[in-house]
Amino acid sequence: MNTRTVILVGLALIAMLLWSGTYTLSENEQAVMTRFGEPRGNPVTSPGLHLKLPFADTVNRFDKRWLDWRGDPNQIPTKDKKYIWVDTFGRWRIVEPLRFFQRLRDERNAQSRLDDIIDGETRNAIASYPLIDAVRSSNRPFSDDEYMAKSEGDEAEEPVSIGRDKLTRLIRDRAAAVVREFGVELVDVQVRRINYVDEVQVKVFERMVSERQRIAERSRSEGMGRAAEIRGERERELKAIRSEAYRKAQETTGRADARAAAIYAEAFGKDVEFYQFLTTLEAYPTAIDGSTSLFLSTSSEFYRYLRSSEK
Amino acid sequence: MTDQSPFQRNPDPRDPAQALREVGREFARHGRAARWGLAVLLGLIAAVTSYAQIEPDEVGVILRLGRFTTTVDPGPHFRLPFGIDQIIKVPVQRQLKAEFGFRTDRAAERTTYAASDRDTSREAIMLTGDLNVAVVDWIVQYKIADPYKYLFKVKNVEAMLRDIAEASMRAVVGDHSVNEVLTTGRQQVADEAKLTLQALADRYETGVDIQQVVLQDVNPPDPVKPSFNAVNEAIQEKERAINEAYAELNRAVPRAKGEAQETLQAAEGYAIDRVNRAKGEADRFSSIHQEYAKAPDVTRRRLYLETVKQVLAKAGGKVISDESQRGVTPLLTMDRSSITPGVAADQRDRVPGRVEK
Repeated sequence: MNTRTVILVGLALIAMLLWSGTYTLSENEQAVMTRFGEPRGNPVTSPGLHLKLPFADTVNRFDKRWLDWRGDPNQIPTKDKKYIWVDTFGRWRIVEPLRFFQRLRDERNAQSRLDDIIDGETRNAIASYPLIDAVRSSNRPFSDDEYMAKSEGDEAEEPVSIGRDKLTRLIRDRAAAVVREFGVELVDVQVRRINYVDEVQVKVFERMVSERQRIAERSRSEGMGRAAEIRGERERELKAIRSEAYRKAQETTGRADARAAAIYAEAFGKDVEFYQFLTTLEAYPTAIDGSTSLFLSTSSEFYRYLRSSEK
Repeated sequence: MTDQSPFQRNPDPRDPAQALREVGREFARHGRAARWGLAVLLGLIAAVTSYAQIEPDEVGVILRLGRFTTTVDPGPHFRLPFGIDQIIKVPVQRQLKAEFGFRTDRAAERTTYAASDRDTSREAIMLTGDLNVAVVDWIVQYKIADPYKYLFKVKNVEAMLRDIAEASMRAVVGDHSVNEVLTTGRQQVADEAKLTLQALADRYETGVDIQQVVLQDVNPPDPVKPSFNAVNEAIQEKERAINEAYAELNRAVPRAKGEAQETLQAAEGYAIDRVNRAKGEADRFSSIHQEYAKAPDVTRRRLYLETVKQVLAKAGGKVISDESQRGVTPLLTMDRSSITPGVAADQRDRVPGRVEK
């Protein structure tokens, strides 16, 4: 064994010691150190280069980031007996890596425990409230057209008692309390999707169709009603225009007649007897024509000279 | 135990060290010639691993032995070689897009989400606030605002964004009626969904800035579609009925107004005519009477005789009898059996302006 080999072996040993005595943690990691299986010290959460006892210490890495949990869609009846699929997801993270390491070992286990716990809580929460509470978050009134709006007594008119946000918070709170002992912080559970179970969906579609038909009929009937109203308006207006014209015409002619009567009276009143005489005389030529036969006596003023010329 | 995010493409820091160890053994085994070769090789590796280039739409996040040190802007950059420094490139300038309820062909390639991508239509079906069902396709456009959070705060950021995008859209649609979602409230739904989504994205420390939420196709479910169309038709029908009624109104009223005017004018005409005639006749009478008053007897006789002369000239049959010769039946011409009515009524005396229906 020459010195060079010794030096080389020594260098190699030092390199191995260095290599085994250090480890790096990335920004998204945290670690629990175990020495021959026994947990040692506090979990390491700061990223960068760290020292450890070579060969004896093991680094158990865990994720430090927000982790996702996605539930399987669950078929759940609501309090008002509507069957729906509820699809939830949650966010969680490992806050106590040691405890997490001891209870669950790894993320896969954690996921399956979360499945059990959150699914159960979701089921409880959904089942204790009517559907509307899982769908709506507020009692905000809809700004629908007046004839689009639902008629009274429909189910959606039920007020929301707690609403979607509070409902999911309820699930979160209950599940979070349970998972805390695993060193897990559950920060949020959200409902990703709610859908009707197929059989219910068919019914809902039928209801939507009938609702639309109702709206269509209503619209049509409103149209006809309004049209009739307008026709009535037209009739009224025509009557008003015509009668007004008739009234004014009557007034005008009446006034003219009265005026004429006054004029005649004033003129003829000067000598009524002469007026009668004159008018009667004037009437004769028109009253008597070729078809008129006259019996006349010689005692009449005109013919009296036929009989005698005496005065 | 830790997943590699898609951006951590550089090798684990352990690997170069292992290579070093190999290099050491080689060094021991071979002689001087190999030594120089190794030195050159090491130099080359160092040169290659210490250079990094950041593209214009990216920033580089530098991790030194796993610890975040800084972010660098586009351009060439030096870093510590042999994997001591890692650079993760994050496309902060790029407008990223997530589609819901549909997929354009391009987007199909990044299916890290295959499990639920299988049925995109499931993403689109949602319950509205009046417990109806709507099918909503939408897109979310976002940018990475905080590369640090984006990389190190959340696992599976993309998947999580999809989750919270779906949750917030459903929360908003769940608070609107089907009618609002389909027609009047579209913009409002998109705006509210954006706000809700941004709030959730911030709460989850995704480091993502939501630029826009855009509703694409919003439809009623297929089985219900025809009846929604029927409603639209009914609305059209309603409008048409109303318009037709108005058309009738507009056709009749102006005409009636014109006719009314006609009646009034005719009445005015009658009035003028009547008064003028009265005045004329009155004047004539006054004039005659004036002369008559000067010589009543003569005038009277003259008027009488003139008239009788005129009348007798016109009359058809005339029988003149003498009272002193009673018993003599005058001879009649019996060819005129009918007696014509006197003067026909003057047409102008009828009251004008009778409104005809």
